Amino acid sequence: MTTTTAPTPARPVAGPKLRTRRGHSVDRPRRSVLLTVLTTVVGLYAVVPLAWLVINATKAQEDLFGSFGLWFAGDFSLFQNIADTLTYNDGIFVRWLGNTLLYVVVGAGGATALAVLGGYGLAKFTFPGKRAVFAIVIGAVAVPGTALAVPTFLMFSQMGLTNTPWAVIIPSLISPFGLYLMWTFAAEAIPTELLEAARVDGASEVRTFAQICLPLLGPGIVTVLLFTMVATWNNYFLPLIMLKDPDWYPLTVGLNSWNAQAATSGGQAIFNLVITGSVLTIVPLIAAFLLLQRFWQSGLASGSVKE
Amino acid sequence: MTARTRRTLVRTVALAGALSLGLAACSSGGDGGGSDDASGGGSTTLTIWAWETSLTDVVADFQADHPDVTVDLVNAGTGNDQYTALQNAIAAGSGVPDVAQIEYYAVPQFAIGESLLDLTEYGADDLDGTFSPGPWNAVHQGDGIYNLPMDSGPMALFYNKAVFDRLGVAVPTTWDEYLAAARALHAADPSVYIASDTGDAGSATSMIWQAGGHPYTVDGTDVTIDFTDEGTQKYTDLWQQMIDEGLLSDISGWTDEWYQGLGNGTLATLVVGAWMPANLESGVAQASGDWRVAPMPQWEAGDSVTAENGGSGLSIPAGTQNAELAYEFLQYATAGDGVQTRIDAGAFPATVADLESDEFLNKEFPYFGGQKANEVLAQSAADVAEGWQYLPFQVYANSIFNDTAGQAYVSGTTLQDGLLDWQDKSVAYGNEQGFTVD
Repeated sequence: MTTTTAPTPARPVAGPKLRTRRGHSVDRPRRSVLLTVLTTVVGLYAVVPLAWLVINATKAQEDLFGSFGLWFAGDFSLFQNIADTLTYNDGIFVRWLGNTLLYVVVGAGGATALAVLGGYGLAKFTFPGKRAVFAIVIGAVAVPGTALAVPTFLMFSQMGLTNTPWAVIIPSLISPFGLYLMWTFAAEAIPTELLEAARVDGASEVRTFAQICLPLLGPGIVTVLLFTMVATWNNYFLPLIMLKDPDWYPLTVGLNSWNAQAATSGGQAIFNLVITGSVLTIVPLIAAFLLLQRFWQSGLASGSVKE
Repeated sequence: MTARTRRTLVRTVALAGALSLGLAACSSGGDGGGSDDASGGGSTTLTIWAWETSLTDVVADFQADHPDVTVDLVNAGTGNDQYTALQNAIAAGSGVPDVAQIEYYAVPQFAIGESLLDLTEYGADDLDGTFSPGPWNAVHQGDGIYNLPMDSGPMALFYNKAVFDRLGVAVPTTWDEYLAAARALHAADPSVYIASDTGDAGSATSMIWQAGGHPYTVDGTDVTIDFTDEGTQKYTDLWQQMIDEGLLSDISGWTDEWYQGLGNGTLATLVVGAWMPANLESGVAQASGDWRVAPMPQWEAGDSVTAENGGSGLSIPAGTQNAELAYEFLQYATAGDGVQTRIDAGAFPATVADLESDEFLNKEFPYFGGQKANEVLAQSAADVAEGWQYLPFQVYANSIFNDTAGQAYVSGTTLQDGLLDWQDKSVAYGNEQGFTVD
C-alpha cells in the first residue's frame, strides 16, 4: 500500500433542517443490512423460477435434463420451441389460447361489470335486507371457489352444461371479492352530495351512473378487472372437472395434459413444449399488468389518505 | 345369474366406476361437445380417444383411404384421466367416442360394465392367431372380445450400459444377481440406484406374474384375491430386501425427475414392457447410445419366463353410431397396414407376424448402440407366463395401491402386509359392487 489514502467519499454534512437530527426520515430511510439481505433473498425467491422458465424455454428436449437448470446450454432452440408449441397436435395450443381469451374476456369482463353494478348499488342505495346481502358477500369471500367446484359440476351436469364453454364462464362471472372491493371503493370514491346534486338537476339514475359515477370508479374497475382476469387466466380446477373435450380446454388444463402425456407408454415426452407453452402463457398476463399498472396503483392507494 | 342381478351389477359397476374416480355424471341430454353426432352430407366423423402419438400417422393414412370419413383424433387424457372421461361420457350418454384406447388391465372393468361393444359380432374371432397370446388373452372377457391389441408389453431388463461399465458391475441375469448388482452399484457410487420404485401397482403385479403368482382368479362374477401364494412370496422376499437396504431410489416413475435420472445415469435399470424404447427415445434422448436391452432377470438360472407389463389396444365404446366404421379402423390400426406405421414410429406390436418377421427382428436401434433390441423383446413375448388374470375392477384396485401396499415404501409396514391390506380393500370393494369376492 502506498502512504496516500484515498479520500473518504464526502458525506453530506448534517444540514440545518430539523429532520436530519435523527438522521433518517420518510425521504431518507434508515439503512438496515438485515432488511437488505431479506429483501434480496425474497426477491431472488420470486425471480428465480421465472428466470428458470425463460432460460429453459431456450433448450431442446434432450438438453433439458442434461444441463444445468439455471444457465443456457446446447443450441438456442427458443424459436424452434415456440414454432413447435404453436403447431404441435394441429396447433391445439393456439386453440387453447383462444379459449382462455374467451373465458377471460367474457368471464372476467362479465364479473367486473357485475361487480361494478352491484358494488355501486350496495354502496349508494339503501334497501331492506342490505345487511343480509353484506353478510352473504363477506361469507362468500371466505369460501374458496375450489370447494364449490364439485357441487357446481353436479349441478351443471344436471343442466347439461358440462363440457361446454358455459361451464367455465358462468361460475367465473361471480366474484364476491370483486363485489366487495367495488362496494367499498364506490362508497369512498363517490360523494353522496354529488348524487344529490345530479338528482336535483334532474338527471336520471342511469345517466347519473354512466356519466358521473363511472369515471370516478375507474381505478376501482381496473383493479377488479385485473384481479378477476388473473383469477380466470389461472383457473385450473374448475375447467379441469367441467371440461373433458380438449377443444375447450384453457391453457392451464391443456398444458397439464401435455405434461401428463409423458407419464405413459406410447405417450411422447414434450417437456420442452410444456415449458415454452408456460412462457407463452404468462406473457399476456405480464403485458396486461404493465398496461394497467398505472390505474391499478392509483386504485390500490386511493382512499388511504383522508384529504 | 339372473337377468335382474346382471342388470343391477352392470349399473352399479358403471356408476361406481364414475364415482370412484371422483366424479359422477348423472344426467343426459347435455351437449357433449363431441363431433360424433351423425352428420349429414354423406360424410361421417369418427372420433378416437387415444394418447398414443404413433396413431397420428395411422389416422392420416386411414383417412387417405376413406375420403368420405373425417377422423378426429382426440387426446382426452392419459390412462386414468381418459377412463374417467370415458366413464362419464358413457354414463351421461353423450360425447362418447367411437374408438377408445384402453390398457389391457382396464379392459375387464369396462367390458363387464357393458361399456364396450363385443367385437365378436363384427368378426374379431377371425383374428385368432394374429396376436401374441398374452395380449390376445387379455382382451377376452368370457366369450367376448372387447379390444384389439395395439401394442404389448412383454418385459425385459433395460439397463444403462455406460453406468454398469463405469462401476464395473455385471449385468444381472437372475433376481439374486439383480440384488447383488443393486448393492454393488449403490456401494460403488452412492448416487446410483439400480431402479426407482415408490410403489407401482402395474409393476408389482407384473413381478408377481413372472414369479408364478396368481393372486386374481376371475370366473364371471366370482372373484378370488389371494396375495399369499408362492409367487407373491418370492417377489415380496426379494423386494422387501431391496426396500430395507435402501437400494431403490425414491423418485416416482414418469416424473420429470425420473426422466432426468434415466438420462444422467443415476437410475441404472428399468424392468418394464417392450414399449419402452419409444419412450426412451423421445424422453431420454440425451442418453442415446448408453442403454441396452437384456432378458428379464429370472428366478431360477437358466429359465426363460417373463410377464406382460402395460400395453393397450383399441375398443369401441357402447353408444357409438358408427360401429361398423369404427371396427374397420380398429382392424386397420391393429392388424392391417397401420401396424407397420406404428412400428416405424417406435411402437412394439402385438401381431405375431410382425414379431417374427426378419425385418422387425433385425432392426438395429441406434439408441441402443446398434443392438437388435427386438430379438430380446420378441423372445420375451413368446416366454410370457400363461394364465394371468386381472380383476374386473382393476382400475379401482390400482388407484388404492399406494394407500395400501405402497405404504411399505414410506412406513414400517412390510410389502407382504401391504399387499394383504390391498387384498382386503379390493375384496370389500368388489363385494360392494355386486361381485362375489373372497
